[in-house]
Amino acid sequence: MKGLTVFIADLRKCRSREEEERRVNKELANIRTKFKDSSLNGYNRKKYVCKLVYMSLLGYDVNFGHREAVELINSSKYSEKQVGYLAVTLVVPEDSDCLRMVVGAMRRDIHDMNEFNVCLALNAIANLGAREVAEALTPDIFMQLVSSASSVFAKKKAALCLLRLLRRHPDAVNSHEWAARVIPYMGHRDIGVTMSVTSLVTALAQQYPDEMRKAGAFAVRRLKSLVIDNEYSMDYMYYKVPVPWLQIKFLRLLQYFPAPENPELRMLLLDILRHIIDVSQEPQRDLQQMNAQYSILFEAINLGIELDIDQGLMQESAVLLGKFITSRETNVRYLGLETMAHLAAYIDNLDAVKTYQGVIIQSLRDRDVSVRRRALDLLYSMCDVSNAKVIVSELLRHMAVADFALREEMALKVAILTEKYATEYSWYVDVMMRLLSLAGDHMGDEVWHRVVQVILGNEELQTYACKISLQTLKAPVCHESAFKVSAYVLGEFGHLIANTEDCAPIDQLKALQNKMPATSVSGRSVALTTIAKFINLFPEIKSLCLRILDRYRNALDAELQQRACEYYALGTLESEDLLPTVFEEMPPFPDRQSALMSRLLKKEADTEDQRTWVFGGREINRERKMQLAGRSGSASNSTPTTPTTPRPPEIPEPVSPKPSTPSVPAQQQQPVEDLAVRKSKRHYARLLWENDGILFDGDEIQ
Amino acid sequence: MGIKYIFLVSRQGKLRLVKWYVTLPQKEKTKIVKEVSQLVLARRPKLCNFIEHKDTKVVYRKYASLYFVAGIDLDDNELITLEIIHRFVEVLDRYFGNVCELDLIFNFQKAYFVLDEMIMAGELQESSKKTVLRVMAQQDETEAAENAERGWGDI
Repeated sequence: MKGLTVFIADLRKCRSREEEERRVNKELANIRTKFKDSSLNGYNRKKYVCKLVYMSLLGYDVNFGHREAVELINSSKYSEKQVGYLAVTLVVPEDSDCLRMVVGAMRRDIHDMNEFNVCLALNAIANLGAREVAEALTPDIFMQLVSSASSVFAKKKAALCLLRLLRRHPDAVNSHEWAARVIPYMGHRDIGVTMSVTSLVTALAQQYPDEMRKAGAFAVRRLKSLVIDNEYSMDYMYYKVPVPWLQIKFLRLLQYFPAPENPELRMLLLDILRHIIDVSQEPQRDLQQMNAQYSILFEAINLGIELDIDQGLMQESAVLLGKFITSRETNVRYLGLETMAHLAAYIDNLDAVKTYQGVIIQSLRDRDVSVRRRALDLLYSMCDVSNAKVIVSELLRHMAVADFALREEMALKVAILTEKYATEYSWYVDVMMRLLSLAGDHMGDEVWHRVVQVILGNEELQTYACKISLQTLKAPVCHESAFKVSAYVLGEFGHLIANTEDCAPIDQLKALQNKMPATSVSGRSVALTTIAKFINLFPEIKSLCLRILDRYRNALDAELQQRACEYYALGTLESEDLLPTVFEEMPPFPDRQSALMSRLLKKEADTEDQRTWVFGGREINRERKMQLAGRSGSASNSTPTTPTTPRPPEIPEPVSPKPSTPSVPAQQQQPVEDLAVRKSKRHYARLLWENDGILFDGDEIQ
Repeated sequence: MGIKYIFLVSRQGKLRLVKWYVTLPQKEKTKIVKEVSQLVLARRPKLCNFIEHKDTKVVYRKYASLYFVAGIDLDDNELITLEIIHRFVEVLDRYFGNVCELDLIFNFQKAYFVLDEMIMAGELQESSKKTVLRVMAQQDETEAAENAERGWGDI
């Protein structure tokens, strides 16, 4: 279209943004007039709509011309239809009214004789994914997929259309009816169709894992024919690798099913994995081939880890990965670290991974920020009781030089690790205080809340925590969050150390007072509460405390003023009963999922493919699997399930931490019942052996 | 598996092509494109091809003066996405004959059509170069035939 080319050339010649805008506005006005002209012929309409698309690509807001685009779609000429559909998918927002007109056109086109029109319509549907389209046209699309009269192209596109609609509007699509019928198409001789159908089946498998189980067998057999028997046309070779994309799709699909029970299939699968590993050891010549080989290899390792079929295979993978993380290619290092984190999330024996601990710690200083991030995740996943101290101290050392984006995540992870794997109380408190001073700016309030929760829940910690808090307050520089923790702890447990040297109540009060002017309003609010608690705990300094409160009664900030007034009133009451009741010792917090863990794990969306694993140790992944199983098990029986939440273990006397969960209420179905029994047994054992097992706590029972 | 978006951006930050495979409000789309372009354009040459942006992974590669950027889910296979991009570039190369940025600017609608043939709903649809090129050739023939019918009346 010459007019279009001229227009684009004009715009490129413009030397400044204003000139370009002027030209664009001139053209927009021109197009608007032309559209009002009813005798516009198809070719010109096509040209103008193309110009509109180009202008929207440059970033200008184009909000007219929708009607013209729809007229183009209704035209009988192929090129005009094509441009019309393009415009509709790019420029028209999803909920616009003219989409309804388009649905009619699409339905006509889908049933058209000419397969090109069919494909155009399917294309547009996949790109639009609107709700009305889904409801109205799903059966038609499905017909295209299964009908023997439809061409290979139509089948491919129909499968992907269904996938897009499924992802976007799962309820409108009624996938339950036709899900199982899609599976045989995975064996289609055309590889394009197989690829598309496999994508669709993968999405379906996440919704209906039981019905789609047959798909697993299909995948294994097809994979074998590709990888071992070399049955494919030369056209699909990609740098000496047979259609790598399809291989990866199969491997990914298999990750969503448990290992096949049929022994023949198991052997096949093992053979395939072994073959893939062997092939990747051969020298490769160019970058593309290497990338393709490695991508298959990594996916295969991921599958091996998920299925946990063969220990030997795992060890071999661990060695391979060790080679990768020292490779010179940055991409390979990155993927090596990521896959190793996956391995660490599942493997029973972490020794294979620990041999590379030094290298991984080095990677924390890598030039590339993505690699550094992966190294952090891996360290988090491979941490256990034996190397916790080393890893945490390394991470703390790095915190000072890490970039800001990483610091928050690092801080969160260090906090979680310290809590899980601490063997001595003193270490826990020291690390947490240091963490707060180092990275306090980058963390939300959850971290210091969590520290307080833990200290409250563990009596053995409290004395040591008090000592450290006082030290922190006396130090020349004290970070805000550390100040808040210290103030809170002293307020609750100051009496535990009141008799030791230098820790008399008056010292505590003075230390608090010295730091107060330097903190923010929220810090000072916590300090005021502490001072009020001191009135209750240490009657000997009551007058001093009251004097401070009195000063703050005239503070500018409303919160400070309110607190000071109320506490002052409490402190000067005639009757002595109210004060002790109000300031009674805080009970330990009830069980709930650690806010830190939920913050870390909250990145799972619903419409995308589920993650098969998350960063973190074995226990977290196992808990997650049980959670998901419980959820899907009950979803199919449509009974509400209370999600089991992992309870962060307190710093225990016996060293090995075990996540324990509160006993699940009795109205669960059969598969989850065994879970509940097992858990209550564990809980019971804890009650017997440890003297801090809490079965129920509330305000009445302390 | 799912590619969320693909876009092509020049070294100066001008957008040459953008295709979204998820539905988002327009403002958010422009914001994401701007942020990710900034991230990508700031990367030094020897670093790896994967970045993380909010809750997606960004896979990018530089071909001459153009950056090809794709956004994928957190647990997708990054290397294979890199190869999907490469395959797309190969097809464009064969279709336009030694493709350069100008080709993509002046024939942006053709570039979109090629992309539609290869990737749909965020998944790779067709990986065979021959098939895609054959389809494109057929489309071009049909268009030429229609133009011939029209005559020389209006340009």
